[in-house]
Formats: sequence, structure tokens, C-alpha cells
Amino acid sequence: MNDMSQAKTPEVEPVPALRFEAPPSTSLWSHARHVVSENPVTGLAFALFALILLAAIFGPAIVPYDPLASDTAAALQAPSAKHWFGTDQLGRDIFSRVIAATRLDFSIAVFSVALVFVLGGLAGVMAGFFGGWVDKVVGRIADTIMAFPLFVLAMGIVAALGNSVTNIILATAIINFPLYARVARAEANVRRDAGFVQAARLSGNSDWRLLLTQILPNIMPIMAVQMSLTMGYAILNAAGLSFIGLGVRPPTPEWGIMVAEGASFIVSGEWWIAFFPGLALMVAVFCFNLLGDGVRDLVDPQRRN
Amino acid sequence: MTAQPLLDIRNLTVEFATRRGAVQAVKSIDIQVGKGETVAIVGESGSGKSVTSYAVVRILDRAGKVAEGSISFSGIDLVTADEAQMRDLRGREISMIFQNPRAALNPIRKVGKQIEDVLLQHVQATGATAREKAIEALTKVKIARPEERYDAYPFELSGGMCQRVVIALALACQPQLLIADEPTTGLDVTTQKAVMDLIVELTRERGMSTILITHDLGLAAAYCDRVVVMEKGRVVETADAADIFRNPQHPYTRKLMQATPRIGMSLADLLPEASSGPPAQARAPQAAPAGTEPLMRVENLVKEYPRPATGAFFAKLMGKAEPSSPPFRAVDGISFDVARGETLGLVGESGCGKSTTSMMITRLIDPSGGRIVFDGTDIGAIPAKQFAASPQRRRIQMVFQDPTDSLNPRFTAERAIADPIMRMSTLNGRDALRARCEELARLVGLPVELIDRFPHQLSGGQKARVGIARAIALDPDLVILDEPTAALDVSVQAVVLNLLEELKLRLGMSYLFVSHDLNVVRLLCDRVIVMRSGAIVEQGTAEEVLGSPKAEYTKELLTAIPHPPA
Repeated sequence: MNDMSQAKTPEVEPVPALRFEAPPSTSLWSHARHVVSENPVTGLAFALFALILLAAIFGPAIVPYDPLASDTAAALQAPSAKHWFGTDQLGRDIFSRVIAATRLDFSIAVFSVALVFVLGGLAGVMAGFFGGWVDKVVGRIADTIMAFPLFVLAMGIVAALGNSVTNIILATAIINFPLYARVARAEANVRRDAGFVQAARLSGNSDWRLLLTQILPNIMPIMAVQMSLTMGYAILNAAGLSFIGLGVRPPTPEWGIMVAEGASFIVSGEWWIAFFPGLALMVAVFCFNLLGDGVRDLVDPQRRN
Repeated sequence: MTAQPLLDIRNLTVEFATRRGAVQAVKSIDIQVGKGETVAIVGESGSGKSVTSYAVVRILDRAGKVAEGSISFSGIDLVTADEAQMRDLRGREISMIFQNPRAALNPIRKVGKQIEDVLLQHVQATGATAREKAIEALTKVKIARPEERYDAYPFELSGGMCQRVVIALALACQPQLLIADEPTTGLDVTTQKAVMDLIVELTRERGMSTILITHDLGLAAAYCDRVVVMEKGRVVETADAADIFRNPQHPYTRKLMQATPRIGMSLADLLPEASSGPPAQARAPQAAPAGTEPLMRVENLVKEYPRPATGAFFAKLMGKAEPSSPPFRAVDGISFDVARGETLGLVGESGCGKSTTSMMITRLIDPSGGRIVFDGTDIGAIPAKQFAASPQRRRIQMVFQDPTDSLNPRFTAERAIADPIMRMSTLNGRDALRARCEELARLVGLPVELIDRFPHQLSGGQKARVGIARAIALDPDLVILDEPTAALDVSVQAVVLNLLEELKLRLGMSYLFVSHDLNVVRLLCDRVIVMRSGAIVEQGTAEEVLGSPKAEYTKELLTAIPHPPA
């Protein structure tokens, strides 16, 4: 049986040009190295991300001072070898507080992005794939949210639901919902009638299975970029809410509160109180924005060759 | 040819910088095009034929560069010319027509305006005369009612019509050289004939030179003076069109010629002699003896689509839309049988309803009326949404037109082949699944070590094999082949067609072969149905329909095929 097929079907490979299309597969690690070497900025973004991640995990354990311990004798000291970022009006070490705050800010961002990815992403994919009334409902929900100034909406949600970290996460997720729903909808809609989806239908896959195994994995690269970008936005949003006194409350170390607390001291020359948490915030947002491109290059199978 | 050719490409090498170092797409080629000459550059994908033309007009992408050689166009060196000079030449002296006419036109600008833009850019018209000249250009490319079409947007025109507009654009400034890059790929045969006739006629009339870039040796030989055959970035043969079929010199040209389906060949003739294996058995009609129940009986099948109510936007907004026009009938009451073990060809031009018909038969969409009786069951009555769960699902499978599009980019070949098995069979366990996938890969001639690769790591032919393996994974009774070789090179097509024929005989399947390529249909099919505007124009055995057609339309289709000199 087989010898006949081999005899009658000579190999296509001699068609030489096809060689370029079929390079040997490479590992994820070597691919990551290639992505970084092609774009050093991506390397920088990944390094910053690793730093943020380390600070979030080990920060409170490795900081030189207790971030909550006040020492009025050492209040309002400028940056020095002893206090790298100086101290605030209560004598708390700002370096320790900035590092310790990473965990809270980072968690708010991660959880809110995860939440909106699941809610918005799924709603969007369903809207794009099924169309009809699902599409209409999801579209109108997104429109309604977009009708508000987003930060004001987030303020309103936190004010209404109560001042807690959970509600900050929820509010941040809700205001990002239209972004995710729309991107996911557009991408799913394009792929709804793709050949491979039809082929999977012929293989006996149900609609839900098509959605989860064919459509969703293929829009992941775009969603990953979206997630990275909104991470920065989520951190900024959380800090903003804290800045105006919503959400996280003093004395918890949090970048937004620290900037708010330090703001009144800038005029009197104690710039470091607001400057360093602000810098941390900027670096984090910067890092996530840069990460977007890198993440896309990394997760897109088309580019892995 | 005059002593000084219009275009003189000497020792041209084009390199592309890639991750694995520089790759030479074109390797020291020499091509000359004389004044008023029509030259075809023929080759399969990756032969460097398009890259050559891009180098001439200097539109290589950033990674590509001319590494060596010279291109001189009526005395101007195009390799060293500065960008301002090139801009001036492009469009005025050298024009290009691309493969996809719709993509070459600005979708939100009226076609007449787009022609005016070119005329004004190259100072061929003033604001006052532009409209008149644009209409004149449209008239020249034989667009009916040019004054009306001037105001049309590209989406309002058919593919053939768009290509005419593109030709009008390209010829608006009376260039000396026209480069047509696969100008008719994706167009119907009758449209192809009309477009090619038009190009040849216009270029002759103006004494222009033309370079036709194509993968179709038949088209090249039928319309060009000289043919340049390229392989792997090299020119392997240059000959007069009349000679190349009679007396091909290079083995690659012979292989390419042989793989091009023509009248009076059998499937096995497409393959090189060396590998044709056991003598091909004459393709006896496989139709079951009369009286036996056919595998599938399609009765009075109809598919209607509601027509969008035009101009009733506000009425619709107010919820007062009225069903103004009757629905559009994509398929208009067709009936036919598919016998067991038979290959039935479904032929027609784009928009004739053949794809809609095959989608209904595969139960991807619901028919609006009629019956689809498959092995005694009316499967047309089962809604498409629920058909995935039907026991009949595994018996009707499909091979898709574009092997790239039909494979999930995130599934390996094995996962793609295994998908129907996992969903619809009782086969269990990783090892059993793997073994079955390997068996299928061997059956379709896909090297087993490749089944862990992702689609983008496979060649076009290999992807086609994965698609076929997936379709036959559950031993279906009926396989719908939707132009399975349209996206493949001729030599790959030859192999895949032979593979399909052999699999059919071995596994005892029936095929419904949907195609616009009558030469391929002739080779593979026992019976043929010709469709037009949703209705069947003619049906009968392949010899009857394609040998002595009765319907006018079938005759028209047959004469439109470019016949290489025999």
C-alpha cells in the first residue's frame, strides 16, 4: 500500500524555492534572544519588567527600613547614603516605601488587567463570532462606558462601591472594558469565516469549541499587546485614584498617595518626597508600554522562524 | 529586435537581508526587451520573477537591494538613478499592473478621479481637460458607459472591470514599457481572455513593450513573442514562444510544460517520467451501474440571500423597512446526483453559485429550499449549527482552496490532522492518535518528521497535504474539493492531483470537485456540471461536456482557455 504511494507521489521538495518557507523550528528561548537582539529597547523593557517583578515579590522583605516606621528625628532629610531617596515628613524612608509599594500597585494592575481580559476579551470574541444580538448587547455596553470620561467614571465607581483595593481593581477593569471588547470583536470577526475555522467546523467542533480553540488562541498576540499597554494605564489609574484620596489609604505605601503627600512639600524645596514615587510610576508605565511590542514579537508564531 | 534594446538587464543579482544572512533571490540574470516586444517571464513561486520586475521599477522592499549588475532603460541606468528621476519614470515611461486589481485601486476614490490623478501628476492633462481625458482612457480599455463609470467606486465594479481601470491607469501616460505582474490571476477565464486580449491589442497599437510575469506557461505562450523561464532566481531558458513548446531545451522547462494540464493528457502524464511508477490505469468511469442508489441526491436546491434595501436607511432606522426587492438567489433550484466512487466536477465562473452549493452540501450553511439526500437521509433538514454533532458529519469532508488559510496557524500539522479524529471518533490515547496521524501523513506523502511543524514552517504543497490528510482522516464517503490546487504551483498541482486520484481509488471515496479550471476538471472528473448564475447550464460525462459542448456558455468557457501551441 505504501510503496505504491511512494512510487506515484514523488516528493514536492525539489521545488527549491519552497525552502525559504520551511526553516527548521526554533526554541522559544532562542527566539526570545533573537527578538531582543533585533530590538534592544525590547531587552530594556524586559529587564525593567524583571526588576518590577522582583521588587513586587521580594520588595517588603529586602528593604532597609520598615516602610511604615516613622522616625520624627530624621524627618524631611534629603537623599543621602543612609536614606537613598531621603525621608518624608514623618521620617519614613522613601526608598523603602517606593520599593514596598511596588507589590500593591503591580497587583492592582495585574488583577484588573486579568479581569478585563477575561470579561472584555470573552465578550468581544463572542460578539465578533456570533454577531447578532450578542454583538449588539456587547457593543452598546461598550458605548455606554465610553460615553463617560473614563477617570471620572472610575472615581464614581470607587466612590459608590466603597474605598477598597478590590473596588479599584473593579473600576480599572470596567473602564478598560470597551478597549478589550472592541479589539477582540474586530479580530474575531475577521477570523470567523477563515478557512481554518470552517475546516474545524467540518471536523465536528461545536461553536464554543471553535471559539476557544480556533479563534481565541489566534487573537492572543493582539490581546497580549493590549494587555501590556493597559497594564501601564491601570497602574496610572490606580495611582491617580489614590492621589485624589480614593482607594488605598495612608499610611499604606502606594505611589499615588506618596506623590500626593509629597506634592505640598515641593514648594518648600523637599522635592524628593514626590519625585521618587513619581519616577517609579513613570518607569513602570514606560516599561509596560515598551513591553507591548516585545510581547507581540514573542508570542506571534508567524514571526518565530 | 533593434540593436539597442529598450530594457537591458545585465548580470543582475538581487539580495535580501534575512535573519540567516543574505539570500540571493535573483542570481546574475540577463534579460533584454526590445521596442514593441512582448516578453513573458515564467516561473513558479520563488523563482524571482516578481523580484526582477520590482528591481526594474526600484520598488524592492527595504531588505532587498541590487547587489550586482545593471538595468538600463533606453540609456538610463535604473540602478543608480536618483529617486526623483525614478519617480518621473514610473508611470510615465514604465508602468506596472499588479495581481489584485482591487488592492491597486484606492477604495474610497472614484475611479475616474484616480485616472485624473495620474494624468495631472505627469502633466498629461490640465484641470480643465482631465475629466475628458480620463473618460477617453476608460473608453480605450473598453469599459461600457465610461461617463457613468467615471463616478464609480472600485467596489461597485467587478474584478475584470477593476483590472481594466488599472490598465487604463497604467497606460494613461503612454508609457514605453508595461510590466504586468500576474494580471489575470484570480480572474475568470473569460475575463482573463478579455483582459489579455486588451493588453496585447493596446500595446501593439502603441508600439509599447510589455513584460508579462506569470506562472502560466500556456498564457505566456499564447500572448507573448518571447518566453524567459526562471527557476531559483536564474534564467534557465529564453526562447521564442512558438519554439518553447515544440522544443524545450532545459529540463526545468520540460518539467513545467509537462505539469501544465492540456487536452489529450492523462493525470499521470503530468508527472516526470522517472517517477510515474506503475503504468497509470486508464481512468475508467467509476460511476456505479445504473439502478444503484446514488451516494448523494440533490433535489431542487435553493439558496436565497436577502437583498439589502437600498436607499431605505431612514426607513430602516425608523423600523419601517419594507421587503422591497425579492431576495437574491445565489443557487436557483439545482438538482444532480453524485454516484458512489465517482468524481463529479462542478464548474463555473466566480459568482455562479458553485461555492454556495458546496457549502450547502458540506452543511456549513443552510439551504433555503430543496433536499440534500445523503445515503438515504435528508441531511438538508438538519440545521447547519447542529450538523457538527450529527453522525453524518464525518462522512462528508472538504479540502479547502487555500491551504494556508485553512490551517490554524497555532496548530501543528499533527494537531490539525488529529482534530477530526479527536472530535468524531472513538480512537483514544496519545499513542494511538499519533500513530493514526503518522499513518495519514504517509498516506498523503507528507514526511512524518514534518508533522510536528507549524503551518508557516511548511511549503505550499506540504500544507495542501496536511489539508487532505485532515479531510480523509475519518474515511469519509464524500469529499468536496474546493479548487484544491488553485493556490499551488503547476508542478505541485500535478503531484497533488495524482495524489487525490490515487486516494480516491484506494479509499473508495466520491469527490465533488469544484473548480474554474477546465483543464484540471477534464483530467480528474468522470462527470461535469457547468453552472451559471445559480443554475445548471449543462451536465454530462466529462468527454461529452468538454469534448462536444452543447451549451453556448460551455463553448465560450472552453475557447477562453489560453491554448499553448500544440
